[in-house]
Amino acid sequence: MNNSQLRHAHIWLRPTAVWAALVLLGLASLGSAYLPLNAFNTPLNLTIAGIMVILLWLFLMGLIGSDALLRLIAVAGLVWLSFMFALTFSDYFTRACEDQPGRPPAFCVDQKIDRGAF
Amino acid sequence: MSDAATALREPWPDLDRQRDGVAVGIWLFIASEVLFFGALFLGYAVYRSLYPEAFRIAGAETEVFYGSVNLLLLLTSSVTMTIAVDAARHGMRRTVIACLALTMLLGIAFLLFKGLEYSADIAKGLLPGAHFPLQPAQTQLFWGLYWVMTGVHAIHLAIGIGIVGVFTLILWRRLQPIESPAIVGVATYWHFVDTVWIILFPLLYLIDRS
Repeated sequence: MNNSQLRHAHIWLRPTAVWAALVLLGLASLGSAYLPLNAFNTPLNLTIAGIMVILLWLFLMGLIGSDALLRLIAVAGLVWLSFMFALTFSDYFTRACEDQPGRPPAFCVDQKIDRGAF
Repeated sequence: MSDAATALREPWPDLDRQRDGVAVGIWLFIASEVLFFGALFLGYAVYRSLYPEAFRIAGAETEVFYGSVNLLLLLTSSVTMTIAVDAARHGMRRTVIACLALTMLLGIAFLLFKGLEYSADIAKGLLPGAHFPLQPAQTQLFWGLYWVMTGVHAIHLAIGIGIVGVFTLILWRRLQPIESPAIVGVATYWHFVDTVWIILFPLLYLIDRS
């Protein structure tokens, strides 16, 4: 194999391997959605999606061999996103059930609010 | 002057540093996009936690076939884009242009399938409004989010197709050298659009399939 052929093989090999892994994970996610796992279907599907995103960001977007600054920017975006989720859900999960009609009682605070106080 | 020397811009001492500069700029943009789409995902998470039964009923109506085919198309397009970036670094002009063109075609195929899917959704009357066919009323929240999230994603993809198309044309007409670090910015944006679809797929298409 000459230099040019080696270069070609190198360029195709890793992306193709990552593609195969991503497609397999996608199929696993699709297949698992048809299994009767009840409450675990969505967490499992989201976990697989998370692994796919990590693979994509590390190997196809090149974060794995990149400057630390790039990884810092990528992580910063996710950290701020987690703050947004944490702050919002700390509000919603501590609201009274009577303020959220239709919500399962396990996800709200079952207490009567004395509205006369406001 | 060599192609690589033509691609070099002030104030960068070499192409590698210039490539890093492009990457930092596009990643800052991506971080802001994460928060933009994050707000949509947050809205979805709040409403799904409030009305799980309505989301189960509404989610069962999405077209999983189109969603899955589109996932495959975008995953493949991310790979062709990565190969284009690596090939550009090695000055492999024909491979770069072929892979960019293929990436663009895969993106167009995605939009075509999306159009077929939208047409099937509209035929089923799944546009939130007075005559919405599903009950309870909160199912409209799911479908409202579906249209907004997939619509915003499709707009991003259409912009990506335009950028890739113009960039391919620029390289093909030799207006920029093949080693131009701009391809890093184009590729990172494309991969981000793929990322969004990877997350949308389980949220919109894999609800209540068992």
